[in-house]
Amino acid sequence: MANALDQLFVNLKHALVGLFPPAWQPLASVALTAMAIVLVFATLFALTTVLERKGLGRIQNRYGPNRVGLPFTRLRLFGFGQPIADGIKALIKEDFVPAKADRVVHFLAPLAMLVPLTLTFAVLPYGRNMLPLDLETGVLYFFAVGAGAELAVFMAGWSSRNKYSLFGAMRAIAQMISYEVPLILSAVTVVMVAGSLSTGRIVEAQLGHAGWLPDWFVFTPWGLAGFLIFITAATAESNRSPFDLPEGESEIVAGYFLEYSGFKFAIFFMAEYFGMFAAGGMAATLFLGGYGAPAPWLEWIPSWAWFFAKMMGFIFLLIWLRGTLPRLRQDQLMNFAWKFMLPLALVNLVAAALWHFMSPGLARWVVCSVVVVGPYLLLGRGLLERKGLGKRVYRYAD
Amino acid sequence: MTLSFLIIAVLTLAGAIAAVTLRNLVHCALALVVAFAGLAAAFLQLDAQFVGFAQVLIYIGAVAILIVFAVLLTRGGEPPQQQTFSLSWPWGLAVAAVVFATLAWAISGSFAARREPAAQVEATTKQIGDALMTRFVLPLEVAGLLLTVALIGAVLIAMRERLPESRTDNEGLRTDQPSAPSGVLDRAPSGGQP
Repeated sequence: MANALDQLFVNLKHALVGLFPPAWQPLASVALTAMAIVLVFATLFALTTVLERKGLGRIQNRYGPNRVGLPFTRLRLFGFGQPIADGIKALIKEDFVPAKADRVVHFLAPLAMLVPLTLTFAVLPYGRNMLPLDLETGVLYFFAVGAGAELAVFMAGWSSRNKYSLFGAMRAIAQMISYEVPLILSAVTVVMVAGSLSTGRIVEAQLGHAGWLPDWFVFTPWGLAGFLIFITAATAESNRSPFDLPEGESEIVAGYFLEYSGFKFAIFFMAEYFGMFAAGGMAATLFLGGYGAPAPWLEWIPSWAWFFAKMMGFIFLLIWLRGTLPRLRQDQLMNFAWKFMLPLALVNLVAAALWHFMSPGLARWVVCSVVVVGPYLLLGRGLLERKGLGKRVYRYAD
Repeated sequence: MTLSFLIIAVLTLAGAIAAVTLRNLVHCALALVVAFAGLAAAFLQLDAQFVGFAQVLIYIGAVAILIVFAVLLTRGGEPPQQQTFSLSWPWGLAVAAVVFATLAWAISGSFAARREPAAQVEATTKQIGDALMTRFVLPLEVAGLLLTVALIGAVLIAMRERLPESRTDNEGLRTDQPSAPSGVLDRAPSGGQP
């Protein structure tokens, strides 16, 4: 029973593919998988927008959307009909293009943004036997394809002929390039220890259990540091608060998608959430054991449910951070990436190498922890001392 | 020659031709991205996954961004008013043809052309990594050293502009310099507005 539920979608796909004539079956298989990915993530995007607004409302002690229900019925669904209303609104809104805009590039930018981010979903292992594209270089594919979104940001900002758009694009690109370095370096540690760039192989390396602890990479000194660096850099990479300077409302109105309206704006919005899903899925795959259950007695829950639970956990963390943290300043953002995250990511590589070569035991834990925590403390203290930050003094409040 | 190769080849060539003929420099840079993507697709078609994705990551993710930033920061996005082609283009064409003929003659006469095509080798990413870390470790390190030198040089050039300014500053004011990338942003609006 548990196994049938676990392989439900795999069997469903096989059954559907079997309906086609044999010559068409490879094509049908590919098309079905692609359709499933697009449908699932588009639905998830719609749900997450409501979850985010409700979550922010909860944090700010208000309700959030709770009125819109299903159209033509009296069902309210706690406001989860909101995405339908939003979608209709985006579709019937005027598609406004500035008179001086570069029309071709302006039109292509949202597509150039959404397509690479959708492509990254191909290498995420969603469950047992549910890896759409088992590439030998899956992790590299993920980062390479995702890098295409940076160019789309530039296209959007430049083609709008608006100085705030261009400022936003410049901020976004500078930020994305800076944080891509620690992001990739923290993923490299996992590749080093798992010995493979294939996402499927990386998850399989984490499926075991050692005592009460699963063999997830996050439960090692280098893995914990790598996970924290990865999710911090991924937050910055998807331009989310507290790293949402590219769209700082009080400074540059809305950043690079300022001159977009209607469904093109919705596509940028969608791309941002797709980026978050991809980052969360990759974080789960690399560090949290992918579709693996945390304990053997929990394995009756299907593997795909675990994957999506871990991914949505990351989304929840992002919503929580957005409701909690203030925005950084541009120079703080850059200093944090280059002076703090990058050295730590490099040190973490050494820790992962030591972990790989030392024999299992307590000594390995102690040495790796010292290698990771030592530089963290030294670097943090050193950078803060140079800032001359002391105890906060309230000059006028006393 | 398969259909997929034909599509990739046409796409790459069209991108490359557009990159040298379009008037607006940013359009040229974007067309160059199409050519880069076509090259990556060609690598992928040859089953060279690692090289193909590295091409995307480095050329589309970094080099193209560098080019558009350079275009924006140096001469603005306005298309030139005068003719895009120099009047001496037939001479350039002749020189290019001569260089190509020489190279083609040299290569067709070399041992590389007479060598038997290697048997189908399955080069996995692991093998590439092994080769880079053992047999070709010295060239790899030299390339890394070169890039580091270039990085330090770029930082030095960027810093020298600011040094006198920060010296003449008041002693009491702390000059908390932003790092290089945000320095780039500071100068962006002067030449950057398209």
